[in-house]
Amino acid sequence: MAHLKTYAVLTVLLMGLVFLGIGCTDNEAGEEGAPSEEVPAAEAQGISIKGSDTVLPLAQYEAEQFMIEYPDKSVTVTGGGSGVGIAAMIDGEVDIATASREMKDSEFENAEANGITPLEHVVAFDGISVVVNPENPVSELTFDQMRGIYNGSISNWNEVGGEDKEIAVMSRDSSSGTYEYFKEAVLLEDEYRPDALTQPTTGAIVSEVSMNPNAIGYIGVAYLDDSVKAVSVDAGEGFTYPSPENIISGDYPLSRPLYFYTDGEPGGLTKEFVDYVMSEEGQNLILEVGYFPVQ
Amino acid sequence: MFSRNYREKTIESVLFAVSALTVVILFLICLFLFRDGLTLFEDVPFLSFVTGKFWYPTSVNAQFGLLPLFLGSLIVTAGAILFSVPLGIASAVFISELASPKVADFLKPFVEILAGVPSVVYGFFGLVVLVPFIRETFNLPTGQTALTGSIMLGVMALPTIISISEDAISSVPGSLKQGSLALGATRWQTIYKVTVPAALSGISAAVMLGMGRAIGETMTVMMVTGNTAIIPSFPGGILDPVRTMTATIALEMGEVPQGSDHFHALFAVGSVLFIVTFLINLLADAIKKKYRFKVD
Repeated sequence: MAHLKTYAVLTVLLMGLVFLGIGCTDNEAGEEGAPSEEVPAAEAQGISIKGSDTVLPLAQYEAEQFMIEYPDKSVTVTGGGSGVGIAAMIDGEVDIATASREMKDSEFENAEANGITPLEHVVAFDGISVVVNPENPVSELTFDQMRGIYNGSISNWNEVGGEDKEIAVMSRDSSSGTYEYFKEAVLLEDEYRPDALTQPTTGAIVSEVSMNPNAIGYIGVAYLDDSVKAVSVDAGEGFTYPSPENIISGDYPLSRPLYFYTDGEPGGLTKEFVDYVMSEEGQNLILEVGYFPVQ
Repeated sequence: MFSRNYREKTIESVLFAVSALTVVILFLICLFLFRDGLTLFEDVPFLSFVTGKFWYPTSVNAQFGLLPLFLGSLIVTAGAILFSVPLGIASAVFISELASPKVADFLKPFVEILAGVPSVVYGFFGLVVLVPFIRETFNLPTGQTALTGSIMLGVMALPTIISISEDAISSVPGSLKQGSLALGATRWQTIYKVTVPAALSGISAAVMLGMGRAIGETMTVMMVTGNTAIIPSFPGGILDPVRTMTATIALEMGEVPQGSDHFHALFAVGSVLFIVTFLINLLADAIKKKYRFKVD
């Protein structure tokens, strides 16, 4: 009998949650439903954005501020990875794809086949910082050393000036734009070492590096916090720390543009939103999120 | 009379259609999974997929070797079973044979709640608690290992194993136990010489189903096993990072260009996974049917 009671309580709780959910959707539907009768073009009411997890915090913040300013317009933002966003745009599912890498030739071909002409907008710059545990004495790495660590030719911290400990190499999964960018920028022609640990999210890299004194990983600068230590990197022109000044000035070598892709020249709400992001106000928001403005 | 008959027939056929739907859905899943999976073998020889030792799906010379992923799944699942079977059977024996009804009624819903915890929560727990613990205990470069995954999966397989074994144990006829006790056996002797052996078919089925649950689990293993696609050594590989079949699909499906070899390779991995879980379920069912206890 006792567990019957427990079930009953749990069921009631669950049903409560479900109804809460239904309540929410009903409200939204109601608000959106009314004006749509006046303006026939559905696109004018709301747009959806999908793509890079790196761009996600930026796009989300821009969308929130945009909707505060224009309460009758809705911008929906979801993540999933650059490739996911681009594929969704090619299929016509979303209005804007966000990406932390350039579109590949194969994706351009797919888009063309679907009658879509992707247009690139550089909306911000991101720095990639290489992070280690705060206890790790290593705080500078050259590109050659990073390449060695990531292609497998360097396996112990004492080869790069650290303690005699095996390096635990953290990488992202192949859906990540950061994975592709890091491979191009640091590994050049090499492959990632096969025994690198593949982490499903940037958050997982931060969490592992913050707890593991042997770990090294790469993350977007926006994810930097006190739990991990960013190392200065040297691409041949001296060691540079991933500070905002160095990234904006272009001195920091591991920085990359972040993109919005639209189908052709944007119109309607899509254009309004892209213009908002590129405006002075929108570009200031970018700094608040931890990325760097284009202008 | 006629109209009533007619109505009954209608209701019956609606119910039949609904239950047939599950078969149709299963069939369609098979069809699509296998169709896309088999397409891989137009470009990649079947043998090099099944016996390939390297999984480099995005290299210029892409290699799709199933072995590291298959063995990764195998080692994690085997570890999970080693961990959860003794614990699960012990709990089942306690709940059905030893605990007072009050305690049993208290424990049972908790076991079932364990089954309802979302896998991402298990994964998060594993990541922040178990991973550092394993690293420090075994002094490893990283705590994201097959062992970590095994322990988490073991915990997740527990509810299945406990509740099904408990059913099996409590359905052993009372006359058997009473006979054993009457012959002078102690309670403990009765449990391990009579009750548990008599319930063995049900317990084996429970183990198989727990195994099915462990091998198909994705989120948790992806978060705690490190996802390194190299063939684990045996038995030392239990302390190395591994990558399972499920984690590979979850990690790579997002970026993969549709229709590419990589895309088909993921479907092929999915097909293998489907076949393995299907066989495990069939086996569990067969064990249950064949050795159903026949004393009454």
